[in-house]
Amino acid sequence: MNADCLDKNRFREHSYGSPLGGPPHGIHPVISAKICENLRPNLAEWKGIWVFAEQEEGCLSEVSLELLGAAKFLAEKRKAEVGAVLLGNRVRPLADQLLAYGADRVFLADDPLLEKYLTLPYTRVTSDLITRKQPEIFLLPATPIGSDLAPRVAARVNTGLSAHCTNLDINDRGELMQVVPAFGGKVMATILCQKHRPQMATVRPGVFRKGQPQKEKGTVEEIPVEIKPEDLRQKVIEIHREKRPAQSIEEAEAVVAGGAGIGAQEDWNWVEQLARVLHGAVGGTRPPLDEGWITEDQMIGQSGKTIRPKLYIGIGISGVIQHVVGIQDAKVIIAINNDPKAALFQSADLGVVADFRKIVPLLIEELKKRDNPSP
Amino acid sequence: MPFEDHFLSAVSACSAVKFLDMNIIVCLKPAPDPKRWDSIQLDPITKALQREGIPSVLGPLDKRALEEGLRVREKHGGKVVAIAMAPPWAKDNLVEALAMGADEAYLLSDRAFAGSDTWSTSLVLSKAITKFGVFDLILCGSYSVDGSTGHVGAQLGEFLGIPNVSQVVAVESIVGGMLRSRSIVESGYRVLETPLPCLITVSREINTPRFTSLFGVIEAESKPLAAWAAAELGLSPDAIGFNGSPTQTGDVFLPEMKRKAQMLAGEPEEMVPEIIRKIRQAIG
Repeated sequence: MNADCLDKNRFREHSYGSPLGGPPHGIHPVISAKICENLRPNLAEWKGIWVFAEQEEGCLSEVSLELLGAAKFLAEKRKAEVGAVLLGNRVRPLADQLLAYGADRVFLADDPLLEKYLTLPYTRVTSDLITRKQPEIFLLPATPIGSDLAPRVAARVNTGLSAHCTNLDINDRGELMQVVPAFGGKVMATILCQKHRPQMATVRPGVFRKGQPQKEKGTVEEIPVEIKPEDLRQKVIEIHREKRPAQSIEEAEAVVAGGAGIGAQEDWNWVEQLARVLHGAVGGTRPPLDEGWITEDQMIGQSGKTIRPKLYIGIGISGVIQHVVGIQDAKVIIAINNDPKAALFQSADLGVVADFRKIVPLLIEELKKRDNPSP
Repeated sequence: MPFEDHFLSAVSACSAVKFLDMNIIVCLKPAPDPKRWDSIQLDPITKALQREGIPSVLGPLDKRALEEGLRVREKHGGKVVAIAMAPPWAKDNLVEALAMGADEAYLLSDRAFAGSDTWSTSLVLSKAITKFGVFDLILCGSYSVDGSTGHVGAQLGEFLGIPNVSQVVAVESIVGGMLRSRSIVESGYRVLETPLPCLITVSREINTPRFTSLFGVIEAESKPLAAWAAAELGLSPDAIGFNGSPTQTGDVFLPEMKRKAQMLAGEPEEMVPEIIRKIRQAIG
């Protein structure tokens, strides 16, 4: 493996404002190595199914545990160990949680410089670890952090990466099959990374399920953190967190979603009331997001969240493919729309052709009666 | 010295701090028009996607990347160069970029680029950019409408050896060689300072792209638009296109997401019991 590439200075000196008069000195070392040597690793040397364990402010994100569930499934087929890569500052306690949810080994990089996520320090530590330990597969969450880290790492270690996988499995040749959507989900493709390692993929939250926590019986391996000065020129100035909704749409058992058919703010209240009476969460498509009735983390679909609730009720939603891919694994789908030709009816278990302003209030009343039966 | 020169030197002295004369590069990805995706067919035998007759467009995030590049140029001076790695039909999309206000456009086009995944695409773009020479800021959309991986921005940053910021919703300032940006994190935003040169990928919120004016369309005709092939970029066939891509596409299919819907119609009161029954079935 081209380990020497990792040691080269990554930044050209840039004299701001001065004409350099010609191309910058030298092209990037990874480019020259790949072109000249057309490197291919010895596949047999690469073993282990790894997961990037995303944490923020000392909390593991739910999706990290879901990916461990997927990794366990793949590891059984490959007869391999499950590894979790954990970076942060003072995050040692999280390693135990990772062991409980399926990791056989946690690679822990604990350092004050890793306290907040920044692309370059995290890429440096992760790539160095991959080069040393040679995992066969590396899964990352398709979150803002994972979606930034994964491509940079894949480029640095010279390997392939697929995005937003909706399924993962091993084929007869022992290769990782990565099923990804294209054209908004209208087309699904199976991606392979046959000659490079590790095979990398990002996965959205909610696609896989986390397992049951077991008694921890793996090991925690502390790894050296060697960050170069040029990795630290970018700085986090501040972080603003928005109030999290009490129950996220990925966790809720019932989700009521509204679409472009909800004409006005007052009508949106029916969506929220129905969600409330079902003890569920509120979601939506892009038009309500543009109106400001929902926030980005409530948007369901190919460029939003994938959810798999027990009950999904779509109100005034036409059902374009970009939305339907986000709900196709819901147990029961009910569509309410006054347009009998709405596409959502094709993907629903129960289709209700009606004006939601007339029918939703009646549903709410009926459901309230069940919750509070009159004496 | 004539009056004009006094005036100009006074103006540039006042704006010397802000007039940075930046070399800005915007990477675009012309793709089939999403409004016409329902017409995409999959040949069941060759597994090839048939998308004839569907025109290619600049995606909404591409336009926002270009718009932001234009705004940076308006504020700090300099030049905006649009590039796209695409087949020859994408020339029209680059003309559109020139009409919107880009100063130059380059189409990286070669049969050998066909079948490129994001790794190879980023490699080709990085070679073209190093051919330009000096640059200060690169902008990309955070993902394309068709492939939607969102990977090219970060990979391009890696190949060029510069820092990248993903999912930027605002460029707050460019001062002292540092770019201050606000970008998306899980359930919120963060503000970063990144040294130039750097690459940013932009999200939907960052701006509303301008419309092309008739004047812009006319001006576009006299702006430089060049096409470069693999040979001009010094790339060997092993490193690009299908051969150079570390990922390969296997099976391609149109997924079935259909369910057998029991349809209800009629008076709302009559439908309610059946709906409640279905709800109970789902969540008890």
